[in-house]
Amino acid sequence: MNFSPLSLLVVLLALAFTLATNLMPTAGNWSQRAKSDNLFGMVFGDGRKLFANHFFTMADVYFHSGYYPSVFDQKSGEEKEIISASHGRKETEEDEKNEDFLGRPKDWIDAFGRNFRITRHTHLENHNEREILPWLRLAADLDPNKIETYTVGAFFLREHLGRADQAEAFLREGLRNNPDSAEILFELGRVYHESNHNLDRARNVWQLGVKKFLLRAPDQQKEDKLLFEELVANLGRLEDEAGNYPAAINWLRAAQKVSPAPDALQRQIDDIQKKAGAQVPATPAKLY
Amino acid sequence: MNKIFALAGVVIKELYRRKDFYVLFVLTALLTLAAGAVNFFHDDKIVRYVKDICLLLIWVSALVISVVTTARQIPAEREARTIFPLLAKPVSRWHVIVGKFLGCWLATGVALVVFYFFFAAITGSKEQIWPWGAYLEAVWMHWVMLAIVIAMVLLGSIYFAAPSSTSTITIIVVGGVLLLGTHLNTIALQQPQPMQSILATVYFLMPHLEWYDLRDFVVYDMGLVPVRAVALATLYGAVWTAIFLLLAWFGFRRKSLNT
Repeated sequence: MNFSPLSLLVVLLALAFTLATNLMPTAGNWSQRAKSDNLFGMVFGDGRKLFANHFFTMADVYFHSGYYPSVFDQKSGEEKEIISASHGRKETEEDEKNEDFLGRPKDWIDAFGRNFRITRHTHLENHNEREILPWLRLAADLDPNKIETYTVGAFFLREHLGRADQAEAFLREGLRNNPDSAEILFELGRVYHESNHNLDRARNVWQLGVKKFLLRAPDQQKEDKLLFEELVANLGRLEDEAGNYPAAINWLRAAQKVSPAPDALQRQIDDIQKKAGAQVPATPAKLY
Repeated sequence: MNKIFALAGVVIKELYRRKDFYVLFVLTALLTLAAGAVNFFHDDKIVRYVKDICLLLIWVSALVISVVTTARQIPAEREARTIFPLLAKPVSRWHVIVGKFLGCWLATGVALVVFYFFFAAITGSKEQIWPWGAYLEAVWMHWVMLAIVIAMVLLGSIYFAAPSSTSTITIIVVGGVLLLGTHLNTIALQQPQPMQSILATVYFLMPHLEWYDLRDFVVYDMGLVPVRAVALATLYGAVWTAIFLLLAWFGFRRKSLNT
């Protein structure tokens, strides 16, 4: 048999084409990667979640302007400050001292080397908080199920940059990817309540947040009780603002059960009771 | 001194005739421009991530240019047998070592200036500020670090068999020092003996290249490093460069030049 190179090429091309038409329908099921709706999912597969964590950490590094413990420093495993800031926690002097991960220089090389490292603990301010946003955007693209990315990003967009519309859009994206997230619903409620002053929408999303929270397993509920406290305490304040005093007291009483500071909530209840007079029922109503 | 400058001039000409620098510069420029063109949350004032990416690319490119250019200098002269007519002239082996070093260092310096000028133009056009003092310190420290690296590569090119092995080993060593240099003593303290003593000795004996990385100061607008510290680091860099050049000369003067 004598084949010319050209005819061999034509036969091979025809064979490749035939195989492709035969295999294409089944090849799609071989890997989940090709089905991913974004580029990162296609390129990295599930490994992209590792990069997402790294980029989320980068946002925290930027928030501290580079003053950040490495994996070799003792403080590297602690909660990220962008998360605690998004929950409204302010740093005390004690916290500041604890975050001095550098300590005293260990030797002359370490001491001299500190001239070339950032050794001042600062946080971004005056709208420079925007610098953390690219890393959060990348983290969200790489791992759409990482809830903190959306809540932290929305908090900084709304609270520090005055961009409530962008915060809402980011949270809506998060909610599409994580429809059962009470955390995202809580943050979304804050956008409606604190930025848009839309009490009805805030009430609706917070109430939905409470419902989603109560669907969680008991162990998970116990672990996330601070989220529950935030949701119901804010609902209490919202109802107080709206003049629905019995509902306000009901929510605040629910918050009291899980709050680390029930006395402060009791004072709020007392104030509302004074305003409400006879409207308040003696026994709390069931939440849902 | 004229002989050294003549040798250095040849190396500089070689760098701009080769395509390494152009390829790396275009790659850096394209990646930086692509990163800068991305719009995050409709906010066009976000700039630090562009600075970060651009400086990282500059560091990688400068390291590759300096290592690859230096690693092939002496092996190429030996392979092409041009080393013999070179040494037949009134040029000593010390002149060859210093001339090659100076040529590579100056050529890398020219490349650095082009890279950092691009960096200043891109970031300055975005944030409308040009902290020239911080840029100057960053370039200078970067260049001093590359002097140590170039001297280290010259030393390697005397002892290792091929430019590829010299380049690979040097990039691994430099990468290791940049990543672990600051922390090696901390790691040493967590190890049992004798590893603790070995790591601690390495920590005190190695050149601390991580000092010369001032990218964080530029990215986070942290102002200037004290001039005294820069001067001392420069002196430290000069000492290490001299050590490596001397070691390279010791090896080169005893080396048989026949391939």
